[in-house]
Amino acid sequence: MMEEILQALARALSFGTPLLLASLGALVNERAGVVNLGVEGMMAVGALAAFGVASETEALGTAVCLAMVVGALAALLHGFVTLTLRANTYVSGLALAMLGLGVSGLLGKKYEGAILFEPAPELPFTVAAGVLAVVLWGLLYATRPGLVLRSVGENPAAADVLGVNVVAVRYLAGAFGGAMAGLAGAFLSLAYRPAWTDGMTAGLGWIAVALVIFVGWSPLRAVLGSLFFGLLYYLQFRLQDQSQVPTEVFAAMPYLLVIGVLALAGLRRMQGAAPAALGRPYHRGER
Amino acid sequence: MIRLEPDPLPGRAKVAAVYSGVLALAFALAGAVFAAYGVGPLEAYGTLLEGTLYDRQGLAEVLRRTIPLLLIGSGLTLAFRVSFFNIGAEGQLLLGAAAGGAVALFLPSSALSLPLMFVAGAVAGGLWTLPAAWLRARVDVNEILTTLMLNWVAGHLVIYLVNGPWRGENVQGFTYTDEFPDLARLPHLGDTLVHWPTLVLGVALAVALQVLLTRTPLGYELRVVGASSRAARYAGMPIPRVVLLTGLLSGGAAGLAGVGEVAGIHYRLLDPSQLSLGYGFTAIIVAWLARGHPALVLLTAPLMGLLLAGGDLLKISLNMPFRVIDVFSGLMLLCLISGESLARYRVRWR
Repeated sequence: MMEEILQALARALSFGTPLLLASLGALVNERAGVVNLGVEGMMAVGALAAFGVASETEALGTAVCLAMVVGALAALLHGFVTLTLRANTYVSGLALAMLGLGVSGLLGKKYEGAILFEPAPELPFTVAAGVLAVVLWGLLYATRPGLVLRSVGENPAAADVLGVNVVAVRYLAGAFGGAMAGLAGAFLSLAYRPAWTDGMTAGLGWIAVALVIFVGWSPLRAVLGSLFFGLLYYLQFRLQDQSQVPTEVFAAMPYLLVIGVLALAGLRRMQGAAPAALGRPYHRGER
Repeated sequence: MIRLEPDPLPGRAKVAAVYSGVLALAFALAGAVFAAYGVGPLEAYGTLLEGTLYDRQGLAEVLRRTIPLLLIGSGLTLAFRVSFFNIGAEGQLLLGAAAGGAVALFLPSSALSLPLMFVAGAVAGGLWTLPAAWLRARVDVNEILTTLMLNWVAGHLVIYLVNGPWRGENVQGFTYTDEFPDLARLPHLGDTLVHWPTLVLGVALAVALQVLLTRTPLGYELRVVGASSRAARYAGMPIPRVVLLTGLLSGGAAGLAGVGEVAGIHYRLLDPSQLSLGYGFTAIIVAWLARGHPALVLLTAPLMGLLLAGGDLLKISLNMPFRVIDVFSGLMLLCLISGESLARYRVRWR
């Protein structure tokens, strides 16, 4: 019994790792007031970049770094479109998700079905995600850069008056979010399922975006939230073999649950915890 | 440094020029992605245009892909107008197809079968949007996330139906339902796959929604809510109700498209991946290009229909995965929204 619980926890941790990585990135992003719905796409290009490097050169470190760089570059594109050109944030994120899935599917075709013979261990990713959550929590609430980041998300005009470069902070936070999404993708294609298949992110990026809302923009609660979703994924696989319930019910479960938690968060007005300027563009001199 | 100065009322010529420019940019960028894949951009575009525009069969394929885009696109145009970003048309299409299929398979077939299928499909597609529309209208839950999640749920629902209770009796190893009776099938234009009644329905819907938008009280409210929700609130307009109605309407239109696909092409309900080529997502571009005017969908739907038919050709002749459509969609959307900003501002270098 004890063994089974431990095993469940271990699996939940590994299922939850990409969710935690990506949602921590999105969280920082949104704390600066910018929504990036493109996490799924950045995750996909990250996963492909990592897999490509790892299968050509077997240099896992380089693979992880490149995944983060590619994710960050995609996020900078989002930044350029929404911060510099001031286009609609939500639509830009959506376009980025499409583009990321499209590009990774197209360029990844030559790796389709390929397997990585020397996969990366899962544990370093999981530990890094956990440590990062604690570090971010400390940074956000106990340091000056954290304060600056939050002020940009809460009241960009006031931050601007105090000499903070709002747009620069938002670009940086966005790049961090993209890098984390790329890292989550690298975890998927290098460690979790060391292979490449088109669409292997399977909606995890979208769930990560929803998770940020669910956990009320708190890094520590994000750990619990991703563990919860990880446990759910584990149960999905476990119960699938044993019960009479159609497997499709379990397969649809995470998506239904996301709607459920979003509804709950909405109904309980948890969005009060949201950064006040979330999703609102900031232009000096305009209201 | 780039500096932007507002230009709140750009002239038509400027808007058209900017739009053509950014679309050209999108196609150029897509060409770069093709080159990275190892296919020359000119070769790809050549194949795409040659196979679609130069012969009758190709044109028919374009038209066939245009039909669902017309229906979904005109609904989405209205939804986008009130900033209800319904990304779930794919799922609403599936629900429409399933509801239409249920009528065809389980109700006695008669001359009323087809109309009934379309009604059932519209209702099912609309209802599938209800949770997302209600949550957005009442408690401000982001509809992009909820409608997208509902896509996956709809997909699994249809997989369950065609694998389980609705699975046909004489389909051997395949996972689909039995074929629809003759009275539940749509006629075609000649020897093509163009199911013309749905095409007529699509054109009629685009025109009807344009009239609704410009000539009715609901349309007026819709325009005000879209232009400025602050003004709408000040005028005492029921914003949540307008958003909810528009959302349901867009879902219903997608449901109609689903019925068209099963009654006009497949004659059965089958696996979601075979049922739709991502029409729900492609229609987002159709709607965005139409810039809030449902009637303009009559022009923009064929454009994306051409890309979808072309994507098929690229897959067959150049062995490119169908994901090229996502590359096109993503780039076009990014360039379009950027272009929209550029048109509303004057760019100054300093």
